[in-house]
Amino acid sequence: MADAKITLEQVLHVAKLARLTLSDDEARQMQEQLDAILGYMEGLDELDVSDVPPTFHSIPMDAPMRPDVPERCSDRSEILAQAPESEAGGFAVPLVLEVE
Amino acid sequence: MSDFPWQSAFEIREQVAGGAASAVDVTRAYLARAEALNPKLSCFLTIDHEGALSAAAQVDRAREAGEDLGPLAGVPIALKDNLCTRGVRTTCASQILGDYIPPYDAHVVQALRASGAVILGKTNLDEFAMGSSNENSSFADVHNPWALDRAPGGSSGGSACAAAAGLAPLALGSDTGGSVRQPAAFCGITAIKPTYGRVSRYGLVAFASSLDQIGPMARSVREASQLLDVIAGHDRRDATSADRETGDYVAACDRGVKGLRVGVVRDLLDGLQDADVRAGVEAALSALEKQGATLVDVSLPHAKHAVSVYYLIATAEASSNLARFDGIRYGLRVPGKDLTETYTKTRAQGFGPEVRRRIMLGTYALSAGYYDAFYLKAQRVRTLIRRDYDTAFESCDLVCTPTTPTPAFALGEKTSNPLEMYLADIFTLPPSLAGLAAISTPCGLSASGLPIGLQLVAPPFEEELLCSAGQVVEDGCGLLESRPAALD
Repeated sequence: MADAKITLEQVLHVAKLARLTLSDDEARQMQEQLDAILGYMEGLDELDVSDVPPTFHSIPMDAPMRPDVPERCSDRSEILAQAPESEAGGFAVPLVLEVE
Repeated sequence: MSDFPWQSAFEIREQVAGGAASAVDVTRAYLARAEALNPKLSCFLTIDHEGALSAAAQVDRAREAGEDLGPLAGVPIALKDNLCTRGVRTTCASQILGDYIPPYDAHVVQALRASGAVILGKTNLDEFAMGSSNENSSFADVHNPWALDRAPGGSSGGSACAAAAGLAPLALGSDTGGSVRQPAAFCGITAIKPTYGRVSRYGLVAFASSLDQIGPMARSVREASQLLDVIAGHDRRDATSADRETGDYVAACDRGVKGLRVGVVRDLLDGLQDADVRAGVEAALSALEKQGATLVDVSLPHAKHAVSVYYLIATAEASSNLARFDGIRYGLRVPGKDLTETYTKTRAQGFGPEVRRRIMLGTYALSAGYYDAFYLKAQRVRTLIRRDYDTAFESCDLVCTPTTPTPAFALGEKTSNPLEMYLADIFTLPPSLAGLAAISTPCGLSASGLPIGLQLVAPPFEEELLCSAGQVVEDGCGLLESRPAALD
């Protein structure tokens, strides 16, 4: 494990960032699989790309502008019908802050 | 109906428009076939009897009223289940969207309805389009109609299977790193991955937004071209949709390849381990040459890095896109003791293993301390891959490779090793990273009777060239006379 690309501790940290819970077994398996994948990706290190610009968009494009005109959007009840829980015309969520 | 279920979309439209067959009868026949074969193939997740028959009845009424009929009037089509359909559940083959019913249609779905097409239902896929064998569906494995123990490819495996097995003449899939081309190759049909921006992504559930494109799938190049014609074009609801003229893709099928320069990536072709795939590509190259194309050698020196680059960029984008699935506004919610636990429990239960793995990899590549080393580096190498094509297109009009290194692999063969599964995408990833247009079309059968796919890659927005060259390959060594063996 000395040369691991990603440690179990890092896996658990990343899972927390990604809002995923992993069982002990899942975390161990995830560590092994990500380690193999990241090991393969080390092949990129043979390239010196410090002077190469990144390509975030493959096809050059500008953010298009359009007139700011109000339009009808979807019906609220139709959207709320897809919510696991709704209340008073909004999405219901677990309590975030305690109110005194 | 003559030649059911193998008649083309053109023949169906002609019969419906001419009154030789009613759209309702055609639709009933395909629905019955889908019902009968789906237990064996699992290519459909939802068959929409009511919606299909009502769309067909509308076509019949329009014909009786003497109205103009659209280019796909009465033609049945199967849609990958990551395309939003108003009122029809759209699952992405994920438990997290198992009951999701979109309140709107994707742009391509609106275009299909306007063209008179009849949507038969929604097809199986790798969960959130993440996979190369369709085995990451949380519902069922799709079976390859040429050999039931083989993978149909992925992620648009259900769509490829449905078209190949004669359950629908046309299908739509989505392609992020090869997801229409690879299953098309495995199932012996044609698929086009349009240039990034050619087809609106509005209503396509996002996987990797800088790569996703919706692509047509059909048993012939001409039908795929017709379908591209219907779905291509600008849509202001997708900010990356290209505001430029579309081509005449059906007409392009008759233009031939005289004078066209086809780039052959010789070192890559010589390095192919699979003799059948190599023979298929050589057969296609001779067909192109015979019809007047010139073969030139080109090289893509950075293509070998495409797997690393793709699986860093696509997973990074996916980790961001899939943050929206939190159990609050739609889809599954698994309640926890507080909001955070509700998120984590919902996502842990709602996402399958491959989706979780990719979210993890992408989150890692974007996280503090690793962004430069992984994500940014991948985007820089992406530039090198794009430049390889720029250089190649100075001396050729199309770049030719196989679509896949081997014909369809067996179900279960690669599931225990994610990296091995990723490596099977080596030929379809480079054009995706460069945003280019590409086609996969059959160029023969292996010794064991499995289809082999040829990939042709064109410069941005040159889809017409793909239609012209694809048609020549189909005429020279296609599979139009062959039927999938496992259906007998």
